[in-house]
Amino acid sequence: MTENVLSWMTFFPMAGMIVVLLLPRDRYNWIRWASALATLPPLILAVWLYANFDRANPGLQFVEKYPWIPAYNIQYFVGIDGISISMVLLTALLSFLCIFASWGIDKGVKGYFALFLLLDTGMMGVFVALDFFLFYIFWEVMLLPMYFLIGIWGGPRREYAAIKFFLYTLFGSVLMLIAILALYFTSEPYTFDMTELIAQSSKYGTSALAFWPFDRLGWGFQHVVWMALFIGFAIKIPAFPFHTWLPDAHVEAPTAISVILAGVLLKMGTYGILRINYPMLPEATADLAYYFLGALGTWNIIYGAFCAMAQKDLKKLVAYSSVSHMGYVMLGMATFTTQGINGAVLQMFNHGTITGMLFLLVGVIYDRAHHRDIEGFGGLAAIMPVYTGVTAVAFFASMGLPGLSGFISEVLVLLGAWQKYAVLCILGASGVVLTAGYLLWTIQRVYLGPINEKYKSLPEINGRELFTLVPLGIIVIILGVYPHAVLDLLRSSLDQLNEIVIPHLS
Amino acid sequence: MDLGNLESLKFFYPEAILSGTILLIILLDLVLRSKKGLALLAIAGSLLSLWATFDLYGTTPGYLFHRMIILDNFSLFFKVVSLLAALLVVWMSLGCREIREIQQGEYYTILLTSALGMFFMASSSNLLMAYLSLELVSITSYILTGFLPHNRRSTEAALKYLIYGGVASGTMIYGMSWVFGMTGTLDYAGISTALFQGQPNRLSLFMAFVFILAGFGYKIVFVPFHMWSPDVYQGAPTPVTAFLSVGSNAAGTAILMRFFFPAVSRLADGGDWLFISGVEWPHFLLIVSMVTMTLGNLCALNQQNLKRLLAYSGIAHAGYILMGLVVLNNDGLKAVLFYVVVYLIMNLGAFLVVVMVANETGKEEIGAYRGLAWRGAAIPAVCMAIFLFSLTGLPPLAGFIGKFFLFAAVIKEGFYLLAVVAIINTVISLYYYAGIVKTMFLDFPEPTDQPVAMTANNSLLLGVLSALTVLFGLYWGPLVQYTNQSLRFFIK
Repeated sequence: MTENVLSWMTFFPMAGMIVVLLLPRDRYNWIRWASALATLPPLILAVWLYANFDRANPGLQFVEKYPWIPAYNIQYFVGIDGISISMVLLTALLSFLCIFASWGIDKGVKGYFALFLLLDTGMMGVFVALDFFLFYIFWEVMLLPMYFLIGIWGGPRREYAAIKFFLYTLFGSVLMLIAILALYFTSEPYTFDMTELIAQSSKYGTSALAFWPFDRLGWGFQHVVWMALFIGFAIKIPAFPFHTWLPDAHVEAPTAISVILAGVLLKMGTYGILRINYPMLPEATADLAYYFLGALGTWNIIYGAFCAMAQKDLKKLVAYSSVSHMGYVMLGMATFTTQGINGAVLQMFNHGTITGMLFLLVGVIYDRAHHRDIEGFGGLAAIMPVYTGVTAVAFFASMGLPGLSGFISEVLVLLGAWQKYAVLCILGASGVVLTAGYLLWTIQRVYLGPINEKYKSLPEINGRELFTLVPLGIIVIILGVYPHAVLDLLRSSLDQLNEIVIPHLS
Repeated sequence: MDLGNLESLKFFYPEAILSGTILLIILLDLVLRSKKGLALLAIAGSLLSLWATFDLYGTTPGYLFHRMIILDNFSLFFKVVSLLAALLVVWMSLGCREIREIQQGEYYTILLTSALGMFFMASSSNLLMAYLSLELVSITSYILTGFLPHNRRSTEAALKYLIYGGVASGTMIYGMSWVFGMTGTLDYAGISTALFQGQPNRLSLFMAFVFILAGFGYKIVFVPFHMWSPDVYQGAPTPVTAFLSVGSNAAGTAILMRFFFPAVSRLADGGDWLFISGVEWPHFLLIVSMVTMTLGNLCALNQQNLKRLLAYSGIAHAGYILMGLVVLNNDGLKAVLFYVVVYLIMNLGAFLVVVMVANETGKEEIGAYRGLAWRGAAIPAVCMAIFLFSLTGLPPLAGFIGKFFLFAAVIKEGFYLLAVVAIINTVISLYYYAGIVKTMFLDFPEPTDQPVAMTANNSLLLGVLSALTVLFGLYWGPLVQYTNQSLRFFIK
């Protein structure tokens, strides 16, 4: 099993999907437990990966490579390095926990869990795939279950949210397909192998004169391809101005799906940029990511924070806070410093755990009160003290309070940003203040103040809900104190990535 | 190889078997009570002919019947496609209520005759033969379209089809007469020699090509010769619509490729085709391709009748297929052949679900699909979703691979504008395909919506088609090898 560990992690949930489909339709508990069992082995293997990952090796590990369609040089090629390991761990963890967060689904249970497991396979596949074709297949495989999960099990405006998500992402991915083909046809011999394409990245022209996209291998060509890939990924991040699908999708999606969406799917955007744009088109990256990506990230931080401040719906607030926090990732990536890029990838991981908690917490209160109006609550701390305690951890982590994980990654990003663009660093740091503003204000309105008589008898958070939250809370605290638990995994690969781009920075 | 009439018969047995089957059905129709036997006979005949076609692979390519038709891999490929279309449509007709109410003997006879016409369309090497085969397919299609007695829509559709078809083939034969006037021959090889060695007047040659494209384009359904298709698709019995959408389209593609590639272009090194310089028909087709896909998709957005929607979607797909032709490269042509097979599978699948729903509800409107997944028809609904997403071009389904090869050919030859137009169209098409999926899954049924039951026959066909759609999305190696081998034109 350890030889093909990544394949097992990817396809075990799919095997679980087949089992779930064969189970009788009305045995809800069988279906739920079967799904939990299908996501457990990937989690165990993730722990094993964590223990056995060679931290000093910047290259790929646990590689599997088989020919798939030899005539077109398409391979089944998977492997991980420091860029993807943290995302693989996060995916395994969140998928497992979200099965338990989905326990309350009582409509079309079989379909829900089957689609969820298919989604799990798609997500894991995206992070481990190293063949461009395989990457694209997994990227798209993820779309379909997401469409149905939002569209069937979502809130009142689910149809609109689902199709909007689908159309936005499809546009991005078809653009990406064109870019993939363009890269394929400039490689020699034609290949979809990412490592091979990276090795050939030096062949693109460096003259800044010919901005003519139809000139193969020229300067213009690689910039146009870079932008096409970037737009595909930016829609996923979601970077301004492609972010508008996110609040809709988040608000309408069921709790567990929101967690997956924010915790894993958004990371695919930034992961894709790091995995593909940076090493494959280093010169274009140096021209376009420097300043542009940093400024876009800063704008995301501030814009997202202001939007979050204006929200009346608790879930929409968390959704906009994701837009804001993903801004730190972009800002950190754009600095090309050790601190910045490590901070960015750590922020991807931390945002996954923290926002996962936030959405789970919103789900807890929504299940009880059946609404999410921030103004509609008050004094919950007195009614549900345990719940409030967990919420406080998540909120403070999201705010960047020292001692919790969010702080470390944001500080690293800002440290990196200070070395390259001081103005953006100051603006980005002001985002922390804005975040504190909207989160503290929310705590005040929802948890403190006079008790709302309507909700006096709300039951306390139950064991199953705590079970989904506590592991994430523990990780948040551990990484706040000892961030090297994750940073060690990332460093060598990310430093190598930086070195590819830095020579091209003018 | 250039054979006379009698020697040719040795290589003519797929056609002979099909003709024999047709005659046998006519005879047995007079005798047999149960008409189901006729359908089974039609299936058996097509299977036998299919076997015979595969048997011919590997023989020396050459001319048959004094250079009237060609035997080569390309023609064999399209024979296989036409037979598969006929076979699957007969199978589909077995489980279709509409068909059970009509004269089945004649129906199967004409259906197979149409398939026979497609054989000749794919293999004709002479303008006269091309015209005759095209007319054979057209006339049988008119009859099939108007097959529903006392149904005004069906009759209206047949009349419209007839009028448009008459105009289109008239235009085409006028164009052919120009070519004959300029070259003095109807034979493709002769035309090729005359055009490349002589000094044809470019403008008049271009006009002749545009006229000829009218006839071919009316079969493939590209703009501006598409006007008949929505009405005909909606009015015709659903299996006939399915047959027209895949069969005629494929045969039209075949005849177009045969004339415009080996006959009036030259193969250069690296798989590129050179057209007669100054006669800019590829650019004309390029514009037609972009307009066709855009118009098809935009018109499909607001359709309420599913057959009409699939008609517009078929127009859009004709545009995609043209993408592979305008790049003037063997990669593009191979992509077209692959797409033809994939489109056959997924489009027939979509029409099969239309048949299943119409059997129970008698309706073809999107409203009839409301909450289909929750009305005891979860499997047809899931299969329909597979076919529709495959038509959109989402992995891991066959339609994606088809589109992938088309895009690949377009990008390789540097037609970036075309690629961008095609991307935008893919996104537009997702909207209406997903709209149907939304109706089936996201909407819940009203109490008035009847449950949709499945018959064993239909479920089996549905299973085969959806399994193939997924299979060719995951492992298409053998299929692409077959289609690549099929791109062998014989000309001398």
